[in-house]
Amino acid sequence: MRLFGHKMSLKAQIGLAIVVINAFAALLVPVIAPYPEADVLGRAWAGPSAEHWLGLDNLGRDVLSRLLYGARLSIGLSLLITALSFSLGVFGGFSAAVLGKTADMVLSRIVDLFLSMPALIFAMVVLSVLGTDLVVLVVTICLLDATRIFRVSRALAMNIVALDFVEVARLRGEGLWWIVRREVMPNAVLPLVAEFGLRFCFTFLFISALSFLGLGIQPPSADWGSMVKDYSAMIMLGVPTVFYPAGAIALLTIGINLVVDWLTSQTAAEH
Amino acid sequence: MLNLVLKRAALGLITLWAASVLIFAGTQILPGDLAQAVLQNNATPENVAALREELGLDRPAVERYAEWLGNAVHGDLGTSLVNHRDVAQDLAPRLYNTFFLALYAAIIAIPLSVGLGVLAAAWQGSAFDSAANAVTLLAISLPEYFLGYLLIKWVAVQWGLFPVLASVTPETSFTERLYMTFLPMLTLVLVIMAHIMRMTRASVISVMSSPYIEMAVLKGLAKWRVVVEHALPNALAPIINVVALNLAYLIVGVVVIEVVFVYPGLGQSMVDAVSKRDVPVVQACGLIFAAVFISLNMIADILAIVSNPRLRHPR
Amino acid sequence: MNDRQRDTTLLDVQGLRIEALTPSGAAAVLVENASFTLKRGEVLGLIGESGAGKSTIGLASMNYTRAGCAITAGRILFDGRDILNLSEREGRALRGARIAYIAQSAAASFNPALTIGRQVCEVAIRHKILGKAEAKQRAVDLFRTLELPDPETFGNRYPHQASGGQLQRAMAAMAMITEPDLLVFDEPTTALDVTTQVEVLAAFRKLIRDRGTAALYITHDLAVVAQIADRIMVLRHGKTVETGDADDILQHPRETYTKQLVAERAAAMIGHFIADNHAGEAPVLSLKAVVASYSSLNRAVSDVSLELKRGETLAIVGESGSGKSTLARVVVGLLPRESGDIDFKGERLPPALHERSRDTLRRIQMIYQIPDLALNPKQTLLEIIGRPIEFYLGKSKEEARERVLALLRQIELPESYLLRKPPALSGGQKQRVCIARALAAEPDIVICDEVVSALDPLVAEEILGLLRRLQETLGLAYLFITHDLSTVRRLANKVAVMRKGEVVAYGETSEIFSPPYHPYTKLLLSSVPEMRSDWLDEVLQMRSFRD
Repeated sequence: MRLFGHKMSLKAQIGLAIVVINAFAALLVPVIAPYPEADVLGRAWAGPSAEHWLGLDNLGRDVLSRLLYGARLSIGLSLLITALSFSLGVFGGFSAAVLGKTADMVLSRIVDLFLSMPALIFAMVVLSVLGTDLVVLVVTICLLDATRIFRVSRALAMNIVALDFVEVARLRGEGLWWIVRREVMPNAVLPLVAEFGLRFCFTFLFISALSFLGLGIQPPSADWGSMVKDYSAMIMLGVPTVFYPAGAIALLTIGINLVVDWLTSQTAAEH
Repeated sequence: MLNLVLKRAALGLITLWAASVLIFAGTQILPGDLAQAVLQNNATPENVAALREELGLDRPAVERYAEWLGNAVHGDLGTSLVNHRDVAQDLAPRLYNTFFLALYAAIIAIPLSVGLGVLAAAWQGSAFDSAANAVTLLAISLPEYFLGYLLIKWVAVQWGLFPVLASVTPETSFTERLYMTFLPMLTLVLVIMAHIMRMTRASVISVMSSPYIEMAVLKGLAKWRVVVEHALPNALAPIINVVALNLAYLIVGVVVIEVVFVYPGLGQSMVDAVSKRDVPVVQACGLIFAAVFISLNMIADILAIVSNPRLRHPR
Repeated sequence: MNDRQRDTTLLDVQGLRIEALTPSGAAAVLVENASFTLKRGEVLGLIGESGAGKSTIGLASMNYTRAGCAITAGRILFDGRDILNLSEREGRALRGARIAYIAQSAAASFNPALTIGRQVCEVAIRHKILGKAEAKQRAVDLFRTLELPDPETFGNRYPHQASGGQLQRAMAAMAMITEPDLLVFDEPTTALDVTTQVEVLAAFRKLIRDRGTAALYITHDLAVVAQIADRIMVLRHGKTVETGDADDILQHPRETYTKQLVAERAAAMIGHFIADNHAGEAPVLSLKAVVASYSSLNRAVSDVSLELKRGETLAIVGESGSGKSTLARVVVGLLPRESGDIDFKGERLPPALHERSRDTLRRIQMIYQIPDLALNPKQTLLEIIGRPIEFYLGKSKEEARERVLALLRQIELPESYLLRKPPALSGGQKQRVCIARALAAEPDIVICDEVVSALDPLVAEEILGLLRRLQETLGLAYLFITHDLSTVRRLANKVAVMRKGEVVAYGETSEIFSPPYHPYTKLLLSSVPEMRSDWLDEVLQMRSFRD
């Protein structure tokens, strides 16, 4: 199997399969989920049965259905945030690298300031005042993420801009947009996709951590982080329900990491 | 070189100041009325007016900021809106707890992970390397709270080796403390070890492909000498960086672990304060965390400058 | 060393084959059936272009192969012992102690984090040949023999505190400190300026002659090997072309390939100068008292005045740091000049790139030293060469395509390459594409920045030929920046010799390159190695008189 014109390793294929399965689950939730996410269907902590494969949760809701709906919310939200922050960060980073001088200085200083603050702490400060609203959550994480992506894409573009073929384009009199689109971008695709994967994982874990702290996605919406929080107490009593959402988080991050590792090694091989 | 170090230190101070502005702005100047937000459902006009009075919201923001920062520098972090106690006094023992746990984890994790990272790089592609790779990948993919629960389930509940909750008090003795905080420490160690190991391995490997490493091999040096004496000094800067980053994480990311193990640290106070909208406490915690984070980054950069022979011995 | 010892065989290589595993899993043969012997005190020159397998053989004789390569057949006897069957520990005992290696780039081969002295002494100490104090003393002696500055304290320096030539000599000290039986020199002077190369070469030769050390001397430069080797082995694509006495090979080569190499090198030294037949014409480009710098501390280019006419080649020669490439950047506007004037076809050229009109940009094109970096690996030749046609001349896609095909013919590449991307081309082909891209703009002036110095000699000769033909048919003016005097001789009507940002000599090639010389021109000229085996002696003698 090939991706971006490179032959995929077995590990990378496994990783990709995990990602694709998760994506399908998230997309097809309404069709495949056996029950609605918030309906109380029976006794709390009922064990697995033919009707409820993974049993019921602390309020008697179907765990499998919540897991699937959780996939949609957790993955969808992370994807939205990563996409937004990526557009912002990559655009800023590339512009800074190609424009150089003043623009680079100003953008880099602003970003340094944001990076000097621990992300979780900053998010908590903002959430404490504005409340745990979904829009606030998205904007805050998006801003924090964009600064990190700015750093990476600036460094990446700096390396490419230093190459003579970019100088050739500048000497020809090409505009900024053309240089970014035609000279820099094609050489940055592979490492950027890898970075996208890593950023997605980070955002995904970050949101689930916030949900776990009770500051992220609010009930009754199902999301993997808050599911872990809700089910964790029962682990002492031997109820393994908590392992489903936690395992789902782990599996998806491992899958993405496998693909990212492969992409990174391909980038290295290209140079 | 001294010049560079001083410059970096000055930059650190400026960043800290900017962070304080950001924290203050984040809690005070954001849209919406703070008093209204804090009181939520109890926001009768009288209550709001009283709170505005208490917070001094009628005065200009710049004035309030100057006062807040001036007090903070002198150790006065204000009074809690919830229990009306002195914030600094309340947070001091918790800060100690957080530092204790972070240091405990760091002392074990850092030498171990750097050592193992170097080993994995030296024997790149070996069974040990592959195993280390798989385990660290697993560790960075698991959410830290999940790791915590796994340890609770097996080590504490199943085998009964360590206590489930790390509820230490100021009276707990040092050895008792070490025992009680073993599980949260182990969780933290697992998480940061994976990061440091992967980074150490990657930086040593990238150095290992340099011509001077080939030269060292062609000089007939033993493999461990090539790695330790020739590769490691050149891989130091990125390693110092990742160690600093993880130390910062130990202080900050510990929030989640403190919640899992119900450990009375600074992080838990902050989570509580955020959900109760206790603004002075949030500000204080934010300021302390930012200060630690910024100082660690600054120290890492300064060490990287000092460890670079080009800067240490200019032409 | 007595004569009997001198005659014994030190290194005996028979039927050596070295293979590399390519990423796709197939094996590529790097070296095929290489056989040679080396007596004690003898120097064997391994000659060949890049990819000939000469470094691979050099490293194999230390029982070392680079990652992914393996010795799959043959036998290597060192001092009577089969070294391919040694244990890891025995092999290590040999490397550094009895066989030592001198790498191409000393700057990259010295560990930047450790002092030079420590790295030099380390070999002797770790092999338990010398104690710490003895090693230090021996290092100081070697530094003195190699004429390094402040030999007593030179060892305390870090690599970045020494120059390229000094590091190369320090590396010789590092190799010699254990008094090995065999030295492997891997292109040790290739990265140096010509004037430095003479000194380093002389130091190497003195060292091995004084101590009777045997050596494998790997290089692509026949003239360099002529000074140092007793015998020569010519390699191509991993196969041995011929082996013989140094003088024999250089004076009477038998094989066609060797003949080509020798002829190319000889042509570089003789041949007539190209006359300046453009007297009286108005210049297309004229520089008047141009000054430019990167920082306020020192001037990179100071007070340079030059003229370039249509159909003419003006060569700018100088060593690294002479400001010749900076001058090119000033002309194209990448580095705006501080003062002085540049006139292009009688009109004042604005200093900065963004102030120039599109048509001005079109008329001055540039070709770079390393075609790999100058071509976007993700674009097809059609996109690369077609873009200037669409951009400057406003042609349609269809017209541009036709024009690109014509240009491909002009640079002697098959039309079927139209949709290929640079990674699928050889170094010489890539440079041809760069030329085509410059031509596509239909320029008046082409600035060539070291355009052949990264290429193998035979390929470089082809590229120079192409540039000459294009000049004749299109009437292009070349500003030719190079460190290689033989290129200048073959291509330029006029020369400007630069040193530390200043033009020290300027005029017609035939004038500059014949007496009376400017002293610096003379130094440069006399430093270019010649294929006579007594050249180095003559140069050294000449210089000692001068001192």
